[in-house]
Amino acid sequence: MTNGAVMQGLVIRNLVKEYVPGTPVLRGINLTIAAQGITAIIGPSGTGKSTLLRCINQLVEPTQGEIRLNGEDLVPLKGRALRLARRRIGMVFQEYNLVERLSVMENVLSGRLGYVSFWRAWLRRYAEEDIARAFELLEAVGLPEQATRRADALSGGQRQRVGIARALMQRPELLLADEPTSSLDPRTAIEIMELMTGLATSARIPLVVNIHNVDLARRFAQRVIGMAGGEIVFDGPPEKLEASHLRQIYGGEDWL
Amino acid sequence: MTASSLRQRAFPPHWGARAAFVALALYAAYAFAQLDITAGRLAIGMGEAGRFLGRMWPPNFARWELLLEGLLESLQIAVISSALGILLALPLGLMAARNLSPWPLAMVTRGFIAFCRSLHYVIVAILFVKAIGFGALAGVAALTIASMGFIAKLFAEAIEEISMKQVEAIRATGAGFGAVLIYGVLPQVASRFVGFSLYQLDSNLRNSTLVGIVGAGGIGGTLFAAFKRFDYDFVAAILLAIIALIFLAEVISGRIRALLR
Repeated sequence: MTNGAVMQGLVIRNLVKEYVPGTPVLRGINLTIAAQGITAIIGPSGTGKSTLLRCINQLVEPTQGEIRLNGEDLVPLKGRALRLARRRIGMVFQEYNLVERLSVMENVLSGRLGYVSFWRAWLRRYAEEDIARAFELLEAVGLPEQATRRADALSGGQRQRVGIARALMQRPELLLADEPTSSLDPRTAIEIMELMTGLATSARIPLVVNIHNVDLARRFAQRVIGMAGGEIVFDGPPEKLEASHLRQIYGGEDWL
Repeated sequence: MTASSLRQRAFPPHWGARAAFVALALYAAYAFAQLDITAGRLAIGMGEAGRFLGRMWPPNFARWELLLEGLLESLQIAVISSALGILLALPLGLMAARNLSPWPLAMVTRGFIAFCRSLHYVIVAILFVKAIGFGALAGVAALTIASMGFIAKLFAEAIEEISMKQVEAIRATGAGFGAVLIYGVLPQVASRFVGFSLYQLDSNLRNSTLVGIVGAGGIGGTLFAAFKRFDYDFVAAILLAIIALIFLAEVISGRIRALLR
């Protein structure tokens, strides 16, 4: 940290989330993510990886703690200030979460909804540069000819490409991905990871990705965070991740 | 182990249901006896019905102007009350949907919708005739309230069935509440909303022919007057005209529904 006044990147301090009072899902997470780079979070189902990601853009309200994105604490934000913060954070979802009955173009442009007025959004009066950018992004994710197709006509891999374009349409300062490859076949999963990490790197924004597949995490991330029981139990480069750590994260050893 | 005991274990008899069927049959027999519905009474009724039908034939369209006027008024009542009812039902349905609306608001709105639906529209029409006088306005008011309650309930249920994942994704972009509705909710429910609205217009056409009987405007008033004067041939003409109108509406709304699919 060269700049003492404004901490760049994402800083999480003592983050606690309890859906039911007294049973924390996240038990005091402390984490600093640099302003660039790919971070993979691994861990068993139900250990709070999704909750952690959703706390960052406040789709889930943290019970306690501090989440600073490029200096600003997001936790106390409400209403309009919260929406302004959300549009700085792009998110890619496990089941793509496209609006099925809208076109690919409308789905991509929905990444601008935090920027345009209600009437412009309703009447699809997006700025020329937004539409041009949407076409560029569709080109970048490999779907140049699909703009007017309905989202529910696409395959899983294609939908996730649209999901990535939508997130990048926000021109985010941070990209989150919650199990982006879990609903895809192994080959498509790798293609999607390549695409997403490539685009995040060229946009010079940090990518935080929850992922079940340890091999994919090793292959694409510069940093791996292992979670178990709502706590961080491993944090380091993929080369340092050993069988003993995986035992600690997932428990047992027969599967290794 | 014998074959019958095997069957017993596989399909255990449902004694409660059997007892309920026997009780229902016994009560039906008792009710027939109580109401004096006998073969003799039926025969008398059939004879009367034959005479009545004879006097209805041939239908008399001589007073077609009166008929057309009533029919058009019914049509207007149906269209206006459907449009108003649907318009009012949109915000109500949203407020009553428990997945998007804060629960106190949802509960209060649900209570209001239930209140609108609790009285039959003919009773509401009578109330409005007493309150604001005879004529089409009372019919419009009564059917608007009925449509609003019915459609709002269906809207709320449709909204409660949407996928919240799509809504979550739109929220994550930083969209405001209005944009979340337009992008995350509306596309998921729009075709069902149109279906409900067409259905309501359909049934309002039928309903609007009835509110006239209690003085709330439309063809019903003409029909009731013809009954009272024993002009059964004119009654037949009115009934045929109503049936033709409903058929026509059915065909048109069917076409629209097919286009939307």
